[in-house]
Amino acid sequence: MEFFRNPNIDFLGKKWYFLAFSLVFSVAGVLSMLFWHGIPLGVDFRGGTLVYVKFSGPPDDNQVRAAMDRKGLHNARIQRYGPPANNELVIALDERETSEQALDRGKLQIIAALETNAPAGKQDLNNVSSLTIFNYLMEKDPLHLGADANQRYTAEAQAIVGYRDRTKGGVLTSLDELRSVTRPEVIAALQEGFFLSNFGVRNVEIVGPQVGKQLQNQAYLAILYSLLGMLVYLWFRFEWIYGVAAVVTVFHDTLITVGAFSLTNKEISLTVIAAILTLVGYSNNDTIVVFDRIRENIKLLRREKLADIVNKSINQTLSRTILTAGLTFLTVLALYLFGGEVLHGFSFALVIGILIGTYSSIAIAAPILVAYQEWRSQRGKPSSGGVGEIRREKAKARA
Amino acid sequence: MNKNLGWKLALIVGTLLVFLAGIFGVPKNFSGRGLAAAIQERIHLGLDLKGGTHLILQVMVNDAVNADSDRALERLKDSLQRRKINYTDISKPDPTNNPDRIVVKGIPPESSSDFKQLVADRLPEYDATSGAENTWSLGMKASLLADLKNRAVQQAIETIRNRVDKLGISEPVIQEHGLGQYQILVQLPGVDDPARVKEIMQSTAMLEIRQAMNNGAPYPDQQAALAANSGALPPNTVLLHGRSIGGNDRNDTGDVVYLIFRVSAVAGHDLREARVGRNSQTQLPEVEFFLTGEGGKRFSEFTGAHVGDYLAVVLDNKVMEVAVIKGQIGDNGVIEGRFTDQQAKDLALILNSGALPASIRYLEERTVGPSLGADSIRAGVEAAIVGMIAVLVFMLVYYRGAGINADLALILNLVILLGFMGYFGATLTLPGIAGVILTVGMGVDSNVLIFERIREELCNGKTPPSAVEQGFSHAWITIVDTHVTTIVSAAILFIFGTGPVKGFAVTLTFGLLANLFTAVFVSRVIFDWLLSRKQRGEALSI
Repeated sequence: MEFFRNPNIDFLGKKWYFLAFSLVFSVAGVLSMLFWHGIPLGVDFRGGTLVYVKFSGPPDDNQVRAAMDRKGLHNARIQRYGPPANNELVIALDERETSEQALDRGKLQIIAALETNAPAGKQDLNNVSSLTIFNYLMEKDPLHLGADANQRYTAEAQAIVGYRDRTKGGVLTSLDELRSVTRPEVIAALQEGFFLSNFGVRNVEIVGPQVGKQLQNQAYLAILYSLLGMLVYLWFRFEWIYGVAAVVTVFHDTLITVGAFSLTNKEISLTVIAAILTLVGYSNNDTIVVFDRIRENIKLLRREKLADIVNKSINQTLSRTILTAGLTFLTVLALYLFGGEVLHGFSFALVIGILIGTYSSIAIAAPILVAYQEWRSQRGKPSSGGVGEIRREKAKARA
Repeated sequence: MNKNLGWKLALIVGTLLVFLAGIFGVPKNFSGRGLAAAIQERIHLGLDLKGGTHLILQVMVNDAVNADSDRALERLKDSLQRRKINYTDISKPDPTNNPDRIVVKGIPPESSSDFKQLVADRLPEYDATSGAENTWSLGMKASLLADLKNRAVQQAIETIRNRVDKLGISEPVIQEHGLGQYQILVQLPGVDDPARVKEIMQSTAMLEIRQAMNNGAPYPDQQAALAANSGALPPNTVLLHGRSIGGNDRNDTGDVVYLIFRVSAVAGHDLREARVGRNSQTQLPEVEFFLTGEGGKRFSEFTGAHVGDYLAVVLDNKVMEVAVIKGQIGDNGVIEGRFTDQQAKDLALILNSGALPASIRYLEERTVGPSLGADSIRAGVEAAIVGMIAVLVFMLVYYRGAGINADLALILNLVILLGFMGYFGATLTLPGIAGVILTVGMGVDSNVLIFERIREELCNGKTPPSAVEQGFSHAWITIVDTHVTTIVSAAILFIFGTGPVKGFAVTLTFGLLANLFTAVFVSRVIFDWLLSRKQRGEALSI
């Protein structure tokens, strides 16, 4: 099977279309970053509190909001999380409610606000630790065990919590559900001291403002260093203009990817930064493959114009570029569709980035080389220190 | 050639076995469950997959510096008196921002050389500089100051580890975090009661016994205390908060203020052991403590000299207990704080694990519930399998015979990647699983590069052996370049990232390294083996 048999497309002739395409997307992204959504930083960088809550039935956003308001959490943002069947909400507080003196105050307030049906003096079995259950059982001793109570009740408490978290996804709806893991006497005892709220906390992220700043700096530095790393490596392996072209290309990709996050108002988290750094590497792969071919062809086809060589090289590697991009895209798409909610932002960045990264290695990186060469020859310094250096050295060697 | 090939095949099979052992260990039984257990033993799951708590702590190192400069200040006062050098005032002007700075005012000019000598003799870790109007300013030497702060962090790590170990939490990670910001990273897998663990870690456990003034009677609040003392506290006393004592009403949380002597009679390092007991009258839990020989001697001197006065047991600057001194007391005492059993147990644990050299604050807290972790594993593995099958099938359809070759290389790539992780005890996180998936996508790139090149060479009329030869040698340089740039990105991620992101960097790097071996060496051997079995001129399935 073969998709491309000797393609011969004049890519460089279409450079103005490419430029227009890239400009539209970059400018749209930049405008959104400046005037619309800004750069939507996630809790990792902004600081704040996120509490992921799973409910036993479809949650009513308005009720949850009212509950938050009653506790004075007027700025809480409430969002659906994951597919509707999961019955999950994420409740977010910004850093004003996340002081470093009492980092988890916001979280405790949220939980207290949600426990609307709490009877006096009873604890919420959906949000207690196995230790609390153990202590309670030790006190009540429903099985009249005496001496080996310690071990037995530890096991009972762990079985109950394990069943709640692993089998029921964190929320019990009725104490009777525990019949399969514990004795009726234990359930009867639990009934006296505990009640069941309609939710369980699945995940908590609290980032103080200081760490947020620190992580922000680290993320910027990481992206900067990896761009620098590319520049130096390509300079060393090729020539400096190749390095510059590759870095400009990768910067273009990063800009459009971040722009896509801004346009869709998706939050940028630590893992999204990881995805962007991966893209820096990945987008470079495509660019390098094309550059390698250009370098090889410059040696072979000394008489041809650089623009033709570049076109030829892109066409020769086209089938590889499309195949690899397609296959990587396939895996990333699997991640996006099946990888779960936690990786959503990460896989979104990769989906966008792989499309843009493949496009840019053809549409941005190679034309930069040609544009630079033309600019040099207009200034009357044909091919010295630039793209055609190898050609010149070869000619010298023959002379 | 054939002999060479055999040797290479043996190498590949050997590699396969070695890395399979990395994943499974040497399994005792080959049942499905046995193998699953073996994998779980060797490949560690990150917090985001198995559930647990990730914390970043700030050590308030200035506390430790303040403690040191407080002692230095007392020593200085003492020596000035002994050497009969006059001064008008000695103080620490800015303990929050410049905790090591001590200012001495009014040293007569004729004593300045004596003063310098005294600082050199008695406070060798400080530098003294003279300022205007006979004022001297002392600051700790920079290297010693840095040393002191780092020591505080190390000591805090030790103490916290001690406490976490005593709580019986398995496989905790407790290490310095970031560069020179005095932060500690704590990862506690599978803790289901993070609030309690956090409280236990945070307690500085500074236990002191001090004299309580005003006959041990509390004031309702600070204003009342000041008013009762006509606006200014008596010298060398401080106001400390505490719960109202007397009556055993558990619901009484009334916050009151006690007037307490500034200097402690015995302090945390005089403590030998603490244990949980029960009050013989009320049957409520209490914490008994025992002092060291030295501390006990001081305690008995102090109580002997203050019969009829009151003493206060102060924990982390909170008054826990006030009692009248009825007579000389030996080396033990009791803290009755109206504890629950659990609280008394935890307090004894904290006291036994030693005091923190400085207070700590929480900067970051992430808790992943076990139910979410289980869902994440399911989703991640599902995505990995779907992605993998899609790629394997595509390669077979597109390259036919050579597709088998690529698929074998890809599977071996995964085996090596997971084996690596098993051997290095690397941690698999959710982004790490994504890294595995990406490795599949990117790993196949090398094969595509080579195969496309071979097709091109075949198209140009080369014979299969020379096309394979040319394909590999041309693609090799490109493959190295592309791998290096991606590994550079991954290395930077590893340096800057924590937790899940680090896990991603690790799998990506291992995956790419393995790919160099499988896509280039293994694929080549398979091609050579195929070619060696073919008749000259027979076509290659690619």
